[in-house]
Amino acid sequence: MFDQKTIEMLLIGIKDTLYMTIVSTFFGYVLGLPFGIVLNVTRKKGLHPNRVIYGIGDFVCNIVRSIPFLILLILLIPFTRFVVGKSYGSTATIVPLVICSAPYIARVVESSLNEVDEGVIEAAKAMGAGTWQIIFKVLLVEARVSLFTGAVITTGLLLGYSAMSGTVGGGGLGDIAVRYGYYRWQADIMIVTVVLLIIIFQVIQNVGMHFSTRIDHRKK
Amino acid sequence: MGMEKEVLKIEHIHKKFDDLTVLEDVSLTVHEGEIIVIVGPSGCGKSTFLRCLNGLEEINEGHIYIDEEPVNPAGKNITKIRERIGMVFQSYDLFPHKTILENVCLAPVKVQKRKKDEVKEEALKLLERVGLSAKVNSFPRQLSGGQKQRVAIVRALIMHPEVLLFDEVTAALDPEMVREVLDVMLDLAKQKRTMLIVTHEMAFARAVADRVIFLDGGHIVEDADPKQFFDSPKTDRAKKFLSTFEFEEK
Repeated sequence: MFDQKTIEMLLIGIKDTLYMTIVSTFFGYVLGLPFGIVLNVTRKKGLHPNRVIYGIGDFVCNIVRSIPFLILLILLIPFTRFVVGKSYGSTATIVPLVICSAPYIARVVESSLNEVDEGVIEAAKAMGAGTWQIIFKVLLVEARVSLFTGAVITTGLLLGYSAMSGTVGGGGLGDIAVRYGYYRWQADIMIVTVVLLIIIFQVIQNVGMHFSTRIDHRKK
Repeated sequence: MGMEKEVLKIEHIHKKFDDLTVLEDVSLTVHEGEIIVIVGPSGCGKSTFLRCLNGLEEINEGHIYIDEEPVNPAGKNITKIRERIGMVFQSYDLFPHKTILENVCLAPVKVQKRKKDEVKEEALKLLERVGLSAKVNSFPRQLSGGQKQRVAIVRALIMHPEVLLFDEVTAALDPEMVREVLDVMLDLAKQKRTMLIVTHEMAFARAVADRVIFLDGGHIVEDADPKQFFDSPKTDRAKKFLSTFEFEEK
């Protein structure tokens, strides 16, 4: 159906898409996880309520999240060029993906941690656990199912966003879909990329959910 | 009494939640090995009182000392002080993602930095003593309420606390499970542990207490030995409270 060149292009597209999704999820968590912990700890009912820190974090989080990704992508071009050296291609796309996902991840992490039963935290306090011990030995451990589920959802979201970056030369399957499907009216290639994206998404989602039930000790 | 060391000294504490006064000028001295049972109507401040003792609640006025050392929730050494005061809660509050053994060993290993092997050995001994040897590798969801509460007691005991606080630990249990938890506490009483127990189990209170404190409206209304308190309470408020546990025969 497709010639060797097209198949090769699609394979590279898959590789680029996975590369963007995985690397940006990773760096998104490098920034977003501590950010989310700070939000949880400084909130009104947190371990160390601090209105100023929470207020700033909350504000930054909302500002970045309220900018549509496509706009952020364009807005960040100078910054991306500064960090990566160029503004197109899959590596360059990782920069806006990370910036866009970090506050989103922070929110997901914050709400996961907020769900941890207050009684359990209090029990840890009563045993003399300090703030860091409570964060690492209780909060992150007890919220792990929710944290993991959040990470799976985030990965799926970033897969979609990485495809969106195709409109500005981002690389990966989205880029192929835009170039061949939109500019050249080659519907067959576009359909194949869409099917591939669906398959990748399904794999991420199902494998993720499989593991999230395996680490859950609260129910059978 | 009087000869033993004073473990806890509570001097004129006041506690308010916004405009609501929960504790007003409460003072109490607890001696080593003493078992004090605190009774009183719902909302009288019993639980708040216990929570103030290990700094889970901040007090507005007064002082609390454990072995002469002040308990101050904002103080730097509050975690060190909490290690010395064990607390068991009504809702067990076990860590749901940790096994029973992990639940018990977490704090001594991570907070007190004790050796893993030594802690594990002690944990197994204590769990055996409360009849839970078969459950060490189970998760909390696999246990009954009474079993969970026995684990929670062991989790507090393994820290070697100087004082144990029990906050209505049988209130959430089905009647047939109350006994197994109370038996564990009676066993601790025999070992002459210093304990402060908030409970609604009057027969148990009578059996276990050295002193009964009747708290009402944020005040200590009576402080008496159990026989005197249950048989001939001095105040009308105590009489009225105790009468709610009695039923006239048909």
